[in-house]
Amino acid sequence: MHPAFSVIFLTTLIGVGQGLFLALYTGQLYALANLLPAQSSNFYAVGSMVSLVLLFAGLIASFFHLGHPERAWRAATQWRTSWLSREVLALPAAMGLIFLYGTVHFFDLTKPLFVISGTLPVDFSLIIGGLGTLAVFGLFLCTAMIYASLRFIKAWYSPLTVANFLFLGIGSGFMLAAAFSAYQGTSLVSFYGTWAVIATLFGLLTRVATLYRNSQFRCKVDLKSAVGVHHSQLEQKAQGFMGGSFNTREFFHGRSQGLLNLIRYAFLLMVFVVPVILILLAYALESETLPLLAFGIQYLGLILERYHFFTEAQHPQNLYYQSMA
Amino acid sequence: MTQLALVIDLNVCVGCHACVTSCKEWNTSGWAGPLTDQRPYDADPTGVFFNRVQTYEAGVFPNTETYHFPKSCLHCEDPPCVPVCPTGASYKREDNGVVLVDYDKCIGCKYCSWACPYGVREFDEQQKVMKKCTLCIDRITDMSLPESERKPACVLACPTRARIYGDIHDPDSDVSVAIREQGGYPLQPEWGTKPSNHYLPRRKTRIQIHEDELVRVDNPLKKEALPTLPEAGETLDDVAW
Ligand code: SF4
Ligand code: SF4
Repeated sequence: MHPAFSVIFLTTLIGVGQGLFLALYTGQLYALANLLPAQSSNFYAVGSMVSLVLLFAGLIASFFHLGHPERAWRAATQWRTSWLSREVLALPAAMGLIFLYGTVHFFDLTKPLFVISGTLPVDFSLIIGGLGTLAVFGLFLCTAMIYASLRFIKAWYSPLTVANFLFLGIGSGFMLAAAFSAYQGTSLVSFYGTWAVIATLFGLLTRVATLYRNSQFRCKVDLKSAVGVHHSQLEQKAQGFMGGSFNTREFFHGRSQGLLNLIRYAFLLMVFVVPVILILLAYALESETLPLLAFGIQYLGLILERYHFFTEAQHPQNLYYQSMA
Repeated sequence: MTQLALVIDLNVCVGCHACVTSCKEWNTSGWAGPLTDQRPYDADPTGVFFNRVQTYEAGVFPNTETYHFPKSCLHCEDPPCVPVCPTGASYKREDNGVVLVDYDKCIGCKYCSWACPYGVREFDEQQKVMKKCTLCIDRITDMSLPESERKPACVLACPTRARIYGDIHDPDSDVSVAIREQGGYPLQPEWGTKPSNHYLPRRKTRIQIHEDELVRVDNPLKKEALPTLPEAGETLDDVAW
């Protein structure tokens, strides 16, 4: 498939935004259990703000993918059958809840509403954060299923696609949370850093498994079945046009194998290896800037990763566009 | 239920592109139009077509055979392109099974084209919506036309009658008979999309005949060269009574 930068930015940006929100809420839960020092409400409010900005940027990027963005509201109507439609609903839902979460913290509306078993004080932020977490996981699922539900595109049609979106989003979000708390001078850097490394390593596992899987399988259909001529030597002579068409532009990446190999090594290094090393270094050196660098490099790597994700997909329609005469 | 479809006979298609041009002509000026072009008279022309004729070659020279392969939306009975559409712009008509796009609802997300394994949906770069074969829905449902003209433009244009149009759910229609009796097959059946359009394969008519069957042994009117008599002498057949 031809990689569309609008979609690359959409999926990577909202992934980071969702991961960052999960990081904030996880931090709050740990603080509630007295496993971590409680943070100022400002920390959560500004963090939610950053997450919201990322999700919003992703939303804007997605509009560049549409021919008629002014009609985008219609895309909310077919949620019964279309994962794309479900994403269109899940994204604003997650954004709304994250906004509320940040607002509640900003205005310090965190007086306990009631206390469960005398130990667990429940306030607005806890409830909204819980709902937000659900929405965020739902959004991860919808985004990934847009690709993973296309049964003709074998490279995507796998639970691994969902796992990749999930782990890479969470990894990069926690990485940003580590950078954010380092910047804010809080003590959560190593907590977020550790979880960022763990999620990233899970992502490494599923992403490498995906690469391996995609290098192994063959497409279920071949040219013989596509044309219905069962001759062992069948070759295309003409596509029916000479100047290209939507079919030759949308479904081919047009990049050399050499470049793709380069991109693959680059993203494996930038998403998985370098950030982990930088976080470990930051931990050893107690540096405040290294987590930010780790996040920056990982995000750039994620753009390459998503680019590669699109080029991996072989669409069966390409069988009809093998040679031009 | 009715399921309108085309049956395309690869045995007689000569690759003349008459269906391509008549399709473009009818549809660019009609209900489904325009079918816009970019740089139509320049070096790198491109544009929207509902129907394309491709050419394939089977075998190795000199034993080759050429197949001309017209390709348009197959109006699948279980179309994967329809449920993925987030806006409902892509739909399948209940009454006749034709798969259509509502240009006023389409947001141009191209997701349906990803979900079609046949690569027959084409995005209009100018109108920014998805387009595809409508089976000339404005012709075939136009009751003001005489019945003989209530057919897709491509079917009417084909000089070799390689395109047959009708209801594949009616067992007595031309299309059903052709599919049944001449080995009609769907494309990429592995996916279970159940394409409505079918293709008829190349057919060769050969009779099994041996050399000695070409010359008659008994030749009462002496129309052919005299057979050489068997060494054993005259047979009963050769005796004129
Ligand atoms: S051929 Fe493609 S566009 Fe046409 S109905 Fe089937 S899946 Fe949809
Ligand atoms: S391009 Fe149009 S018809 Fe296709 S899925 Fe998107 S909205 Fe639906």
